[in-house]
Amino acid sequence: MNTDFEPVIGLEVHVQLNTKTKIFCGCSTKFGLLPNTSICPVCLGYPGVLPVMNEEVVRSAVKVCLMMDFMINTYSRMDRKNYFYPDLPKGYQISQFDNPIGVKGKLSIDTDEGKKEIGITRIHIEEDAGKLIHGDGVSYVDFNRTGVPLLEIVSEPDIRSSKEAYLYLKKLKQILEYTKISDCNMEEGSLRCDANVSIRPKGQAQFGTKTEIKNLNSFKFVQKALDYEIERQMNVLKEGGTISQETRLFDSGTGKTKTMRSKEEAHDYHYFPEPDLLPIMVSEGMIKEATFSLPEKPDDKCARFEKQYGLPAYDASVLTADPSTADYYEECAKFCSNYKMISNWMMGEWLRELNERSVSAVDSPVLAKDLAGLLNMIENGKISGKIAKEIFPEMVKTGKTAEQIVQEKGLTVISDTGAIETMIKEVLGKNEKSVQDYKNGKKGVLGFLIGQVMKASKGKADPKKVNELMEKILS
Amino acid sequence: MSLTSKTIQELHSLYRSKKTSVQDVVEASLKRIEETNYHLNSFSHICRESALAEAKKLDAAGMPENASMMWGIPVGVKDNMCIKGLPATCGSKILKNYISPYDGAMGVCLKKAGSVVMGSCHMDEFAMGSSCENNAFVKVKNPYDLERVPGGSSGGSAAAVASSQVIVSLGSDTGGSIRQPASFCGVVGLKPTYGLVSRFGLVAFASSLDQIGPFARCVEDAAFLLQSIAGHDKKDSTSYDYTPPDYSKDLKNDIKGIKIGLPKEYFTDGIPADILTCIDKAKKVFCDLGAELVEISLPHTQYAIATYYILATAEASANLARFDGVRYGYRNKEAATLKELYIRSRSEGFGPEVKRRIITGTFVLSSGYYDAYYLKGQKVRTLVKQDFDQAFRKADVILTPTSPCTAFQFGEKIDDPISMYLSDIFTVSVNLAGLPGISLPCGTDDKKLPVGLQLIGPSLGEARLLNAAYQFEKVCPPLGIELKV
Repeated sequence: MNTDFEPVIGLEVHVQLNTKTKIFCGCSTKFGLLPNTSICPVCLGYPGVLPVMNEEVVRSAVKVCLMMDFMINTYSRMDRKNYFYPDLPKGYQISQFDNPIGVKGKLSIDTDEGKKEIGITRIHIEEDAGKLIHGDGVSYVDFNRTGVPLLEIVSEPDIRSSKEAYLYLKKLKQILEYTKISDCNMEEGSLRCDANVSIRPKGQAQFGTKTEIKNLNSFKFVQKALDYEIERQMNVLKEGGTISQETRLFDSGTGKTKTMRSKEEAHDYHYFPEPDLLPIMVSEGMIKEATFSLPEKPDDKCARFEKQYGLPAYDASVLTADPSTADYYEECAKFCSNYKMISNWMMGEWLRELNERSVSAVDSPVLAKDLAGLLNMIENGKISGKIAKEIFPEMVKTGKTAEQIVQEKGLTVISDTGAIETMIKEVLGKNEKSVQDYKNGKKGVLGFLIGQVMKASKGKADPKKVNELMEKILS
Repeated sequence: MSLTSKTIQELHSLYRSKKTSVQDVVEASLKRIEETNYHLNSFSHICRESALAEAKKLDAAGMPENASMMWGIPVGVKDNMCIKGLPATCGSKILKNYISPYDGAMGVCLKKAGSVVMGSCHMDEFAMGSSCENNAFVKVKNPYDLERVPGGSSGGSAAAVASSQVIVSLGSDTGGSIRQPASFCGVVGLKPTYGLVSRFGLVAFASSLDQIGPFARCVEDAAFLLQSIAGHDKKDSTSYDYTPPDYSKDLKNDIKGIKIGLPKEYFTDGIPADILTCIDKAKKVFCDLGAELVEISLPHTQYAIATYYILATAEASANLARFDGVRYGYRNKEAATLKELYIRSRSEGFGPEVKRRIITGTFVLSSGYYDAYYLKGQKVRTLVKQDFDQAFRKADVILTPTSPCTAFQFGEKIDDPISMYLSDIFTVSVNLAGLPGISLPCGTDDKKLPVGLQLIGPSLGEARLLNAAYQFEKVCPPLGIELKV
């Protein structure tokens, strides 16, 4: 990165809401249904139909506004955004133009230089379009997605690097997941992002000419596309050229962006107020109700985890990354009081299992209560940590509790003094030299000898007891 | 007198006393339609089978104790209303053969009341016009003079009622499309308060102005039909959350002491003397009924037509975007690209007046012109509303001619859009202000053509309007002219 220039980045994020029904009709919003099976005259834009606002959409928008400190417009309005495309049945998208539901929001990201606040210009409500599917010389339209409610969240041009863009998106997604208003699944398209980027000489107040990058299907792609585009713009300027304002398409295969349409081809959307819908009035009562139902904000939860459970900052941030992981942790903590051990296990074995199965905490194959049960067995000396690590995959596989598995496999710790003494004597008999060394003052061999006993017991001997008895016998 | 010339009250009594069956009335209506439609072209689609089946069903079930006045009444609907299984072509090639897959609110209401839908009535394409000449298929004729237009855009619905093909019919009114044809065809036509009648199932022309309303041969019949379609509908967010009163209950109240406002801006030059004579006679009738005439002012009247054509075309340009040849309706089959598909399907599917309005509407919404046209239009609309608010402090009802002309000849105005637009000069303000307005026959001009009188009421003042209209009708002499069919 050339230090003479700095990039200026703004992001537009589209979030599909997880309401049961579409924004203006009663059709289901379920993802992955057979094409054109969740449609009706209203979302197909048949002659004579009228939209009716799904109030749940407004409630969700208000919640998001509150989570990101937006100023809520108590009076806002839907508008028609007019353009022709086969996936847009009415020939216009019902959206919000100059009276969005929220303005002037913000969120903070943790950069290497510390916390940084990113301003959010606006958040508005709109409907999703359908999906085009291209076949051999034929194109098909699937209208299932038509009318799925969306929130568009537009950031200020406050972002100064692709890394910051990545952090902004991560944070935004985290907040949206906490608010539980969206599945936030980029693969299924419930979270989508466009990026605006320009560069300018450092210290210059005025912005350079920006380009808009589309087709960014993952946070990693956003970062890659921005890196490429910043580099490209810099090279253009260095060679004495000028940046032209245009929309560019990211190709994840090549990692490059290419021109999609120039400014001259930009649409005039002929916006005007939607006459079929009344203005959206957000009442005090609605705001109050939403406030009551708000979750703890991620940053607050993270700070609380540090304090309440005495966790290191790193642990707290990993465990609060998404609300279901945090919930899982707290559920465990109800049953097991070794909070750090829970954290270690969740960040280790547990997360590994989840990642392998690519499931989230809600779908964890082991219940929080059962993980706590396993950890309590270690705490109480019933099993060793090593055995626990063997039991855990078994729990994942079978859904059985640690207790059950231990019982079935006879994995309980051997704490019977007699049995352990026998094993110790046997080991000492085989290792006379080490015994001699120990007696000559080489206390270090004790560890080796204990290890041999543990091995002989297949890990089942209570290590504390082995230690105790070994010292006694040798002295 | 044939069954289809009767009033709803008369038919209701006949049904009640079992002297007539619904099948008799429906058959009489079908006969009259089939005999005269060749001359009038009022109907674009006649539902012979479904109407007879419905009549049979009603007869079999018998008239319920608490039957609606609309029970067993044959009704015509405008061709822009969506009733399941019925064509809704909007007088356009782009919707030729289009059959609605769902029931609009008017379909639900008519069925609930037990009315029999006889078919759909021809209109100006997408309700754009004042003569029904903007119809892709036929010319609807005025039943009082087959050389003349029935008015528009709900000309077919007006002609069907005037010629006794049906008892009553539904039209839609965006700038005068019920009242002007009612005036041309010598029948009663009511445009309700915006939001009183659900628009769900009405193919939109200008969403903030469109309203469905009744055509009838007498005020009471109009009240009955209005009753059956008025009221809140959760499928139309712009419909009032309001329980309508019993519109027929107070018709017989006298109107002594009501104040009738005469807007001075409406009574200037430009109204032909023979029309003015009829209006003056009407004024006198109201005086005789004990009403008081007061002069009022609607100062922004002169901007109404311009404002209307900005706002209505803007909304229409978006409302008609869905007719793109992709999902339903006319599609050009040779188009090789998407752009070509749009351009050719729409160029070939829409008629010239519709195109003119789409282009006008697209222009006024262009980013550089939005403030100068659309935004300004909205502001003037507010001023027009305020004019009426002021006026209704002085008057209970406002009286004007419905149109500055009577039924004109085919071709007379079709090449002069502005003069065509001006035939709505007395009606558009009412739509801009969202108020109810009714047109009543009040005599004939020198050519023996019906002249219409318009009464305008305050918001949700339908009961008052119908009461005044009923009292006027009671003492106004019949038109005394012959139908030509």
